[in-house]
Amino acid sequence: MNSFSIADCTTVDAALSQLKDDAVVKAGGVDLLDRMKDGIEQPTRLVNIRNVAELRGIRETDQGMTLGPLTTLAEISDYAHIREHYQILADACGHAATPHIRNMATVGGNLLQRVQCWYYRSADFQCFRHGKDLCFAFEGLNQYHAIMEYGTCPSVAPSSAAVALLGLGATVELTSAKRGKRTLGIRELYIVPDANPTKFTVIEPDELITAILVPKPAPGTRSAYQKYGEKESFDWAIADAGVVLEMEGDICKRAVITMGAASPVVRRSAQAEAALAGKPINEETARAAGKLAVEGATPLSMNAYKLDLFPVAVYRTVLLAAGKMNRDPSAAG
Amino acid sequence: MTKEPIEDALTAQAAAPAKKTVQMPVGVPGYTLAEETRSVPATEPPVWPINKDLKYVGQPIERYDGLLKACGRARYTADVQLPGMLYAKFVNATVPHAKVVSIDTSAAEKYPGVKGVHVIQHVLGNAQLRNPALDPAKYPVVRYAGQPMAAIAATTPYAAEEAAALVKVKYDTMPFVVDDVKARDPDAPNVFPGAADEAGSAGGGGGPHGVAQTGNIHGPSIHKRGDSEQGFKDADVVVEGHYVTQVQTHSALETHGVVADWKPDLLTVYASTQGTSGVREELAGFFKIPLTNVRVITEYMGGGFGAKFGAGNPGVVAAALSKKTGAPVRLMLDRQEEHLSVGNRPSSDQVLRIGAKKDGTLTAIHLIAYGTAGCGTGAGCAGPAQNLYQAASLHTEENDVFINAGPASAMRAPGHPQGAFALEQTMDDLAVKLNMEPIDLRDKADTHPVRRVERQIVRESELWKSRNPVAGADQGPVKRGIGLAQSVWYRFVSMGSNAEVRIHKDGSLEVFSGVQDIGSGIRTVMAQILAEQFGVPPSQIAVKVGDTNYPEGPQSGGSVTTLSLTPVVRDAAWQASQKFLADIAPALGTTAGDLVLVDGEVRSHSGKVAPISFKRAASKMTTSQIAVQAKRIPDYDPKKYLTYGGVDVAEVEVDTEAGRIHVRRVLSVHDCGRPMNPAQTISQINGGIIQGISFTLLENRLLDPKYGVMVNPDLEQYKIVGSREIPEIDVRLVEAYLGQSSTDASGIGEAAGVVSIGAAVANAVYNATGVRIRHTPMTPAVVLAALRAQGKKMA
Repeated sequence: MNSFSIADCTTVDAALSQLKDDAVVKAGGVDLLDRMKDGIEQPTRLVNIRNVAELRGIRETDQGMTLGPLTTLAEISDYAHIREHYQILADACGHAATPHIRNMATVGGNLLQRVQCWYYRSADFQCFRHGKDLCFAFEGLNQYHAIMEYGTCPSVAPSSAAVALLGLGATVELTSAKRGKRTLGIRELYIVPDANPTKFTVIEPDELITAILVPKPAPGTRSAYQKYGEKESFDWAIADAGVVLEMEGDICKRAVITMGAASPVVRRSAQAEAALAGKPINEETARAAGKLAVEGATPLSMNAYKLDLFPVAVYRTVLLAAGKMNRDPSAAG
Repeated sequence: MTKEPIEDALTAQAAAPAKKTVQMPVGVPGYTLAEETRSVPATEPPVWPINKDLKYVGQPIERYDGLLKACGRARYTADVQLPGMLYAKFVNATVPHAKVVSIDTSAAEKYPGVKGVHVIQHVLGNAQLRNPALDPAKYPVVRYAGQPMAAIAATTPYAAEEAAALVKVKYDTMPFVVDDVKARDPDAPNVFPGAADEAGSAGGGGGPHGVAQTGNIHGPSIHKRGDSEQGFKDADVVVEGHYVTQVQTHSALETHGVVADWKPDLLTVYASTQGTSGVREELAGFFKIPLTNVRVITEYMGGGFGAKFGAGNPGVVAAALSKKTGAPVRLMLDRQEEHLSVGNRPSSDQVLRIGAKKDGTLTAIHLIAYGTAGCGTGAGCAGPAQNLYQAASLHTEENDVFINAGPASAMRAPGHPQGAFALEQTMDDLAVKLNMEPIDLRDKADTHPVRRVERQIVRESELWKSRNPVAGADQGPVKRGIGLAQSVWYRFVSMGSNAEVRIHKDGSLEVFSGVQDIGSGIRTVMAQILAEQFGVPPSQIAVKVGDTNYPEGPQSGGSVTTLSLTPVVRDAAWQASQKFLADIAPALGTTAGDLVLVDGEVRSHSGKVAPISFKRAASKMTTSQIAVQAKRIPDYDPKKYLTYGGVDVAEVEVDTEAGRIHVRRVLSVHDCGRPMNPAQTISQINGGIIQGISFTLLENRLLDPKYGVMVNPDLEQYKIVGSREIPEIDVRLVEAYLGQSSTDASGIGEAAGVVSIGAAVANAVYNATGVRIRHTPMTPAVVLAALRAQGKKMA
């Protein structure tokens, strides 16, 4: 790790005023410090926003809920109102990483962590995402990589929180000292590698996430998230699924199906959603949705097993959301 | 070499001390216990009864240093802080195969805080060319990415790291190979320009020397018994399987490292090592100084599993930097270096064939094995095939395959988890073909009397009784199965085991040995032995270990420590107690023969002297201390069977849709002679089971085929089981008395489940699904592919 200076801020205004000269924002420091220790980033100035109290905490509003971006994953998953009305978010935040990481990691930082790819995260390999002109994963070891929508970079979206927040239709408020505020959907936060390989999100260097807004679920909404790894303790997803179902009696009026570990940017599966809309939720419809979730996938040399695994993740999570199956012992946590 | 007859006669005379005949308990209490006669030196202590009749030995005594460790007060190597200490950092090769043209350290030398730079001239660990003239280079040839090239010592670890990045190495790169199957191709790039061999360590590992080498294939090393061709002709049934296991790294919690303090008269080295004496010997040899000028200290260490023998590159380089700078130097590896350069468990690629008669009598075992130990040797894995069953004929061929990767080292039961993975699955295959229960087949083929008892315990267990003999019988996507497998290890005695016991006039007791406690708890056991002898609680015994200033102790490898050292400690304690009684008898107005030491009291047979406490008796000593040093004597005659082991049963649930194997319960039935401290023995078996499950399901060193670099050199993508993957483990310790020494202890480190659990899990997966998985690690990708190949994937 390189030497660096660090500016401690306690207010949003102070933090915004520090965002200049290539300064990098540090919140929980979980992913950033990993990248620095791995030698793939060498920022010389960090702005520590960890102690900005106004950015931490959960507020229930008439429109839904506002999450301070510095709220930890543990605080979110332990929050009774979220467990009751936003199961998908409690699941996603409660099953990320490990208890000790969930106590440090912030939801804003979780959204902004960089992709998982061992080539991207190794100083020994310099790929597209570091501004070079090649990818090592296509011809290399790619068992944990993407199976769809990857273009030039088959890394996978790492954020469990993003899978949940995309499912809930959440938006993110960004603030800049010069340009004021703007609000974006979760999907719009991310840049696909083909559009700009080295810029992972649309956030500008002088912007901070100042709020995450989660709309109130429609009546009859049920939701769930499950993550599948090679093990349950401390592992990244090899498949995952977020499911939000708007139920009217036994019929699913509207479904949202989201996935993380399939592609470089978190995605919704319109085909899987269509398979459930207007139908009762049962094993047959859930399995049909699961199958459609990987339609059009083009696996790499070592990850065809994900074509089996994602449909399982989706169908079991649909049934879990609908209350027709228990939490899966093969899913994390 | 022929000796002169007269010399033989003298040796025979000197080696024939007075003997006595004793009756010793032999066998398993409750099953086969009987008395047997042993001829032992007259100076040996009285025979101990079995554990239930002892007070401290054989009891689950609290770990001697448990509180210190739990409170963070135990001082490990990285905790050592010496005045003026410098921090060292390696510069490692970034390419997998190259000649080194130049190493420019000038920028690093000028970096603020840098006090010394060392360029490595002799790299340790790699196999060495039989003809060194084939590599006439100035610097060691780079054989793997991560090979240490140089090191920097600086006033802070940060300065050392930053300066290390400034060292410029110019490589003349060569073609390389990191795939052990491709490396066997005659056209593959050669890792060595000629034949090369690697020395083993005290923990085993290393390969046979002087065998044929063709390209990258170092071998075969052939072992035969009887005529296997005839054996297969005689067979009614033949089964064959192809098994592949991956490379595992040791991944001890504490990385390799030393603090070296070079003074003109004495080099003091604090080392995380499994052998203080081996580190001392290697440093004295390397620097050509007398053994007396090297002192090695290991107060506590955080795991070795076979990778921490000798000084190695970190020890030698830290000492060289300390010599150069005149300051103590600390060199601890980081996790990446730990994965790359200090050892691993070799892979295996085995074709195993077994022939049998209809009744299960084995007629032939035939194994062709390849495996890679990187740029070292030691991938042999025929131990189980050679030693677990008594087939009429046996033929094994073991081959090391060189690749451009870090050299292997001994790892917990070298070769055995790999070998048992193939052997014990093939035995299960055979049972299916013979229409026999797997446990019945083992009763037929395995004559070891203790494993016979262990199988009986398994038969009577609720777990085994709940096994459905029909494979794949469960409906639904999640299927339950139960399987068993057996392990074997060997009784190795380290004759370099010495200890000293001191009785002080204030009644305090001390025991010393250079032995290091690698975590298995030898300190506690040493205290228990003195407690048993003197009748005082173990917590009141001062145990001093892990220092070459003490009498030389065994190196902890191959499960030798408890087995080798405990009789020495008991002998020293016994002899000290006898000297003590002789010394105080006159003051008590009696003779030594009238006195005994029982339950912390000195008592008189004749009743002439009223019982007095040991402490009061000590005050009557005529000297300030009584000290006795003892050494290991050979095992008692006659020798008993020289192998031991266990039977492990695994219960799994296989999620046939998600490809996950959940190990739910393990029953582990093991013997290790007299268990000296059952709590610690069970702890080692728990560890072996956990490490074995981790190997079977997850761990994998992954090298990029195109660039030859490890892609997962951390503990995040190099996956190790966590708390949620650990099953309920039920250990049944089998006391198996052998009558071999004054404590009659054996070892447990290797046999402790790590050998057999992989095959037990695989056999359970077969029982659950009807599909055999012959490939580790059994990740969801592997499980789903195996199910798909056999049309057993659900839905």
